[in-house]
Amino acid sequence: MASPLEQFEIHPIIPLQLGDVDVSFTNSSLYMVLTVVLTAGFVLLGMRNRALVPGRFQCAVEMSYEFVANLLRDTVGNEGRRYFPFVFTLFMFVLFGNLLGMTPYSFTITSHIVVTFALALVVFLGVTVLGFVKHGFHFFSFFVPPGTPLPMWPLLIPIEIISYLSRPISLSVRLFANMLAGHTLLKVIAGFIGILSFAGILPFAFVVVLTGLEILIACLQAYVFTILTCLYINDALHLH
Amino acid sequence: MAEGRKPAPLEDLDDRLRAARSHRGGTAKGESGKGDKTGTQSGLGVALRIGVDLVAALIVGVGIGFLLDYWLDTKPWFLVLFFVLGAAAGMLNVFRFAGGYGLAAGYKKPDDETGKDDVKDKE
Repeated sequence: MASPLEQFEIHPIIPLQLGDVDVSFTNSSLYMVLTVVLTAGFVLLGMRNRALVPGRFQCAVEMSYEFVANLLRDTVGNEGRRYFPFVFTLFMFVLFGNLLGMTPYSFTITSHIVVTFALALVVFLGVTVLGFVKHGFHFFSFFVPPGTPLPMWPLLIPIEIISYLSRPISLSVRLFANMLAGHTLLKVIAGFIGILSFAGILPFAFVVVLTGLEILIACLQAYVFTILTCLYINDALHLH
Repeated sequence: MAEGRKPAPLEDLDDRLRAARSHRGGTAKGESGKGDKTGTQSGLGVALRIGVDLVAALIVGVGIGFLLDYWLDTKPWFLVLFFVLGAAAGMLNVFRFAGGYGLAAGYKKPDDETGKDDVKDKE
C-alpha cells in the first residue's frame, strides 16, 4: 500500500539544469501554474459580461472581491485600498492552491514549507520596506512600546525584534502545518478502509466527514493568511 | 423568479451608491475591533495560532543565538540568552493575541492615531 506521505513527493516532469541549479518543471510547478490559470480564468471569465445584474458566476467573483475588500478596509482602513491588488492576488492564490489540493490525485502546493515561506517572506519584506518608506527611521520606534522606562530598553528591544522576526515563520508554518497534517490524516484513515473489509464503512464515513472539514480548513487558512497580511500592512502604515 | 417584483428605479442609483459609499467610509476602523477578529475563528484555529506563535518566536530566538555563537565562538552563552529572549517574545505574541492587541509589535490602543488618519483620508 502507498505511504500516506507519498502524495507530497516532488518529481520532475521536464528535467532542466541551469548551471548547478536544478530548475526542473516539477509537479509542484505544474500545480502552481494551474492555480494561477484557474484564478485568472475564474476572475476574467466571471467578469466577461460585466452585467449590471450579475449572474451566478459573476456573483461569485464579485463576492470574493468584496470579501477581500471588506477585510482590507476593516483592518487597515481606507488608505489600505492601494494594497488591494496584492492582497487579493495572495488570497486567491492560497485559496485556489488549497482547494486544488483537495481534488483527488492532485498535489497540494501549500503543503510544502518552501512555498508558504516564500509567500510569507514576500509579505514580510514588503511590509518592512513599506514601513521604512512611510516612516523612515522612525520605523525603529516600532520596537519600543510607548511608555517603556529607559532601563528596560536593552531587554525589551531584542524581545520585540525577535517577535517581529517570528512573523514570517508563524505565518508560513501555520498554513503549511495545516495542509500537511490534514492531507496526511486523510490518507492514513483512508488506508484503514481496505484493511477492515466490512467494518471499513466506519473509516469511510470518517473520511467523508474529514474531507468536508479539510475544505473548511483550506478556506479558513487562506482567510487567516490574508487577514494577517492585512494586520501587518496596518502595523507598517500606522506604527503606534 | 423575480419577474413579478418591480425592480427599484435606476434613477436614484447614484444617490444610493453615494449613501453606501459614505457609510463605508465611516466604518473604516473602530467598529471592527478585536471582537471581529477573534469571533470569526473556530476554537481550534485559535489554539493552533497560539501554539504556532509561541514556537515561532522560540525558533527565531534559538536561531539567532546559535548563529551568534557560531560566529563569535562563545558557545553556549548567546544561545542561552536568546533562548530566554525568544521564549519571552513567544509569550508576548500569545499575550498580545489573547489580549486582543492583534499581532502588533509594540502595544496599540484601540483608537488613537488611526482615527485621526481616517479623518484625514476623507478630506
